[in-house]
Amino acid sequence: MIALSDYLLLGALLFAIAVAGIFLNRKNVIILLMCIEIMLLAVNTNFIAFAHYFNNLSGQIFVFFILTVAAAEAAIGLAILVVLFRNRHTINVDDLDMLKG
Amino acid sequence: MENIYLTIVLAPLLGAIVAGFWGAKIGRAGAHWVTSSGVGIACALSLWVLSRFIWHDLPAFNDTIYIWMVADGIQFEIGFLVDRLTVLMMATVTFVSLMVHIYTIGYMADDEHNWPHGSLAGKNSYQRFFSYISLFTFSMLMLVMSNNFIQLFFGWEAVGLVSYLLIGFWATRESAVFANLKAFLVNRVGDFGFILGIAAIGMYFNSMDYAEVFAKAPEFANTEIAVFGGVSLMTLICILLFIGAMGKSAQVPLHVWLPDSMEGPTPISALIHAATMVTAGIFMVARMSPLYELSTTALSFVLLIGAITAFFMGLIGLVQNDIKRVVAYSTLSQLGYMVAALGASAYAAGIFHLMTHAFFKALLFLAAGSVIIAMHHDQDIRNMGGLRRYMPITWITALVGSLALIAFPGFSGFFSKDAIIEAVGHADVFGAGFAWLLLTIGAFITALYSFRMYFLVFHGKPRMDEHTQHHLHETPWVVTVPLLALAIPSIFIGWYAVEPLLVNNWFGNAIVVAHEHDTLHHLANHWHGQVAFIQHGMHGLPFWLAMSGLILATIIWWGWHKVNPAIDGQLQQKAGPLARVLDNKYGFDDFNQRVFAAGGRRIGQVFWNTGDQKIIDDTIVNGSARAVSWTAEWMRWLQSGLLYHYAIAMIVGLVGLLTVYVAF
Amino acid sequence: MPVEANSMIAILPEIVILTVACAVLVIDLYLPDERKDINHIVTIIGLATALGAISLIGSDKVTYAFDNSFIRDPLSDLLKGVILIVTLFTFVYSRDYMQQRQLWIGEYHVLILFAVLGMLIMVSANNFLTLYLGLELLALCLYALVAFDRDSKAGAEAAMKYFVLGALGSGMLLYGISMLYGASGGFFGFAQIADIAAAQGTDNQLLVFGLVFVLIGVAFKFGAVPFHMWLPDVYQGAPMPIVLFLSSAPKVAAFAMAVRILIEGLGGLQTDWGEILIILSVLSFVLGNVVAIAQTNIKRMLAYSTISHVGFIFLGLLAGTAAGYTAAMFYTVVYALMAAGAFGILVLLSTQGIEAEQLDDLKGLSERNGWLAAMMALIMFSMAGVPPAVGFMAKLLVLEAAVSVGLVWLAVLAVIFSIVGAFYYLRVIKLMYFDKPQLEQPLVIDGTATIAISINGLAILFLGLFPASLLQVCGVAFG
Repeated sequence: MIALSDYLLLGALLFAIAVAGIFLNRKNVIILLMCIEIMLLAVNTNFIAFAHYFNNLSGQIFVFFILTVAAAEAAIGLAILVVLFRNRHTINVDDLDMLKG
Repeated sequence: MENIYLTIVLAPLLGAIVAGFWGAKIGRAGAHWVTSSGVGIACALSLWVLSRFIWHDLPAFNDTIYIWMVADGIQFEIGFLVDRLTVLMMATVTFVSLMVHIYTIGYMADDEHNWPHGSLAGKNSYQRFFSYISLFTFSMLMLVMSNNFIQLFFGWEAVGLVSYLLIGFWATRESAVFANLKAFLVNRVGDFGFILGIAAIGMYFNSMDYAEVFAKAPEFANTEIAVFGGVSLMTLICILLFIGAMGKSAQVPLHVWLPDSMEGPTPISALIHAATMVTAGIFMVARMSPLYELSTTALSFVLLIGAITAFFMGLIGLVQNDIKRVVAYSTLSQLGYMVAALGASAYAAGIFHLMTHAFFKALLFLAAGSVIIAMHHDQDIRNMGGLRRYMPITWITALVGSLALIAFPGFSGFFSKDAIIEAVGHADVFGAGFAWLLLTIGAFITALYSFRMYFLVFHGKPRMDEHTQHHLHETPWVVTVPLLALAIPSIFIGWYAVEPLLVNNWFGNAIVVAHEHDTLHHLANHWHGQVAFIQHGMHGLPFWLAMSGLILATIIWWGWHKVNPAIDGQLQQKAGPLARVLDNKYGFDDFNQRVFAAGGRRIGQVFWNTGDQKIIDDTIVNGSARAVSWTAEWMRWLQSGLLYHYAIAMIVGLVGLLTVYVAF
Repeated sequence: MPVEANSMIAILPEIVILTVACAVLVIDLYLPDERKDINHIVTIIGLATALGAISLIGSDKVTYAFDNSFIRDPLSDLLKGVILIVTLFTFVYSRDYMQQRQLWIGEYHVLILFAVLGMLIMVSANNFLTLYLGLELLALCLYALVAFDRDSKAGAEAAMKYFVLGALGSGMLLYGISMLYGASGGFFGFAQIADIAAAQGTDNQLLVFGLVFVLIGVAFKFGAVPFHMWLPDVYQGAPMPIVLFLSSAPKVAAFAMAVRILIEGLGGLQTDWGEILIILSVLSFVLGNVVAIAQTNIKRMLAYSTISHVGFIFLGLLAGTAAGYTAAMFYTVVYALMAAGAFGILVLLSTQGIEAEQLDDLKGLSERNGWLAAMMALIMFSMAGVPPAVGFMAKLLVLEAAVSVGLVWLAVLAVIFSIVGAFYYLRVIKLMYFDKPQLEQPLVIDGTATIAISINGLAILFLGLFPASLLQVCGVAFG
């Protein structure tokens, strides 16, 4: 039997990886989108683990909603990416520094 | 009734706003119509309320209209206290104001000549002027109708502000700017005392409401506080409040601004600097009678200041040659009489004189303004003479005003001034005898300077140049109608008001007089009707002094002047040092200029050099500005524009908050 | 479970907005380019109808709907009303701007309407799921709106930054929710979590960790330091009408979110989140006011000013008293009005092919359009906290709340930094009244917009003179 804390640890690790990915990655914006997905995955892991542990369905329902929202989010994110590339001809994170100060 | 009172206050405000903000759009006629009708509504309603008080015994109104906020138990609110004292003030203020509005239509008709060609401030100056006087009416009503000290202070400052704006109305004239600055600064000195007084009330009474403060006041009658080695609390509060009144009502030594305020257009000299605003101090002290009655020291102080002002300011009037300044010094002197009445606890007599004075002094000022219009804005009485033939209405109304001013029997001023002198004679606070002497001799002086001016202006040979003389004619009806309308109460109001106000205690609870201070009850006890009062007055010293002043003035400036037109100047030369002292106004102005203004500047210089420039500017202001801009630059650098830096900031925030949590 | 009629009545405003959004979506397909105003009219009518619906169903009682996942109370009525009103202002102000830039297309209305729907749902959420769905509906629409001008380089960059950071923020919020879900033993309704929080308090480590994460989600929505980094860049990059919308209505929704989560959900941990809010509040008003001084771009300056206002809103919340919550709510409503007015004027200024982005563009406004300058001056005075504009009263109330719980030092610090802040607000007034305009020609704006900006501006003055009415309504929300 895998303990609840193991799942939570996994969730925390995934979350940390996602966060690290966001601020370590300086090249490609697409990687940022992937990191966001990983972060949501971490949250989902948590929810599922708790739901399973409490034998409670509501957590799993929450996960379905998160998955749906994540899909929409990815769509918007990619759309913005397209606009960005059309205007700037780059998706390099380092080049996104027109607005600052 | 609440809605009626609100309308009375708001109608002039609305007029002021419309004329002020949309003056260019509504044009000159629009501006004077909207403001005059606003004030007209206020006047009609005030008179109606007054009639309700007189004939229907309307109960006093005391209620909060609107609470703006409550801070530490003290309410900042708008509330009205309308009792018999208030309603008399309301009627007087709105009536005189309405007359002045109408008069202004004529007086300011060609105001554009008073501005340099193409000056920006001269644009729409006519509309602006109307907006200001309406705003003044609103402020004054707020002041008199207040039921709490905060609103009183608001009204107090608001009338001061409008007065400042109007004295310097012709902002391109250096003398006007100097005068309004002077008025502003001198009033600041008074207001400093005033606000300290209000603060003391707030501190000890923990309330700003009149009724609550008055109810609690007797508890503090014997309280002493450790300022200047132990002073009675009530004395301190009353004197501090009175310092405010000294500023606003121009009492010695804070009187210096009033003569200079004549730099403003004449209608406002009549409205603000004679009839209404300067009487705010008198009204305030009368309103605070429950406090003043608790301190004989304060009453004695008030009495002496009033008597000194009444006598010495009247003397200066003798040597002035500017027609408006003569009237201004007479105003100072009459304000002294009112203040003296307050000091003698004859509050009702003070308010009575305030009312009669409002009518005849507004009349005199407007008559002076009428003369000034006819003289093409020459104000020197040495250049006038013989105007009686050219301006019959102005002449006759000015004569009425002068007779009322010198307390000629039967005219309104007679009843109020005689009552004051008699009340002071019965007072037994410290200095009452001296004050009585000054006021009585003052009656002689008043007659002398009033009729000096009257004869020099209206009688004798015309002394103006050909061109002016050729164009002399009576002023238009918008000017003469207010003169006539003011002349009527100047004659009759005393006759009708003396019995209810002074004898039958019409004010009731609005004015509180301690039994041992009641100087008016002698009058009431020996009351046998107006005729008997006049007869009694004609046996008194003040009457004979006034008559001898009148006769002396007739001999010198009518009889002798015909023979020797230079007599006025020669007399002043003969009087030598005395005339010089009077001409220098006892040196108050020089003293202020040399000591306060110059000394202030010198001290300021020192502070500026060391304190301001070195410490504050260099280290504190510029230092902190430098620090702020340096910090800002550094913080802007943090906002690098790079996404991962932003993410790091969030992560740092997250970790930081978690750490704070774990640590505590 | 059958859908009860009561539940449907409770979500009447949301139904109206959803219907209108769908209607515009369809109508737009059939409209030729020159008749896009019909979208505008339908939208305005829809928003007004929703306002009517709120007043229709509004009452002092609380209604729950959909198995307690939705709540309708005085708080939600007022905040929804404010959101709808500032959205109305947004549309009225932005019409000319969008038309001149060929952006007057149906998507603009649809996206804003869906964002409004998201906000309404957020305001009425009674559990974390509803809240999250509302929040994401709002956020997704806003991401798209920021990139609305598809040819703008800055817009695309701003949208990308907003999107990534927003996703990070909502990721943290979700992570927090998952912890609270675990800590409460399988609940995400605010009421159940409130019970657990009251019973266990800080003993429950998971609850505390969850609180911190959730709080970051709230702080991100508000734009409190250090979760503010997106705000200046997005304000600068997005089209002006979008900033107008973004700076006003979502702050109201964020306030509702803070109330629902912190007060109704985690009220038992008030002392704990109060401490966190102190830190965020101080950082916000210090950084916001200081950095705003160094700005030359007025959108950016107002962005930092927003951050400082958020510090003040937190000041009321952290007091943890009913008076404090009321003050914070008052401040939020007032802030939304001020932001709508300020950006509204900038939108109106950005005409004839000019973007009024730089402070210099405001120079001599009083000569070009005196009334607009007067309204801007009024709003700036209000933001700086000068009486009698309502900003003074708002600041006074939150300061009083802070002082009443003994946080005098915090109040003093806030006053000092609002004085620092007064500098850049007054600089705007100086530019408008004492500098020569760069463009001489007078600025003419259409009648509807003039009326709207007058209502907006004068409301700020009116509320300053008569704050009691709004204050009372805010007070009712917190019993």
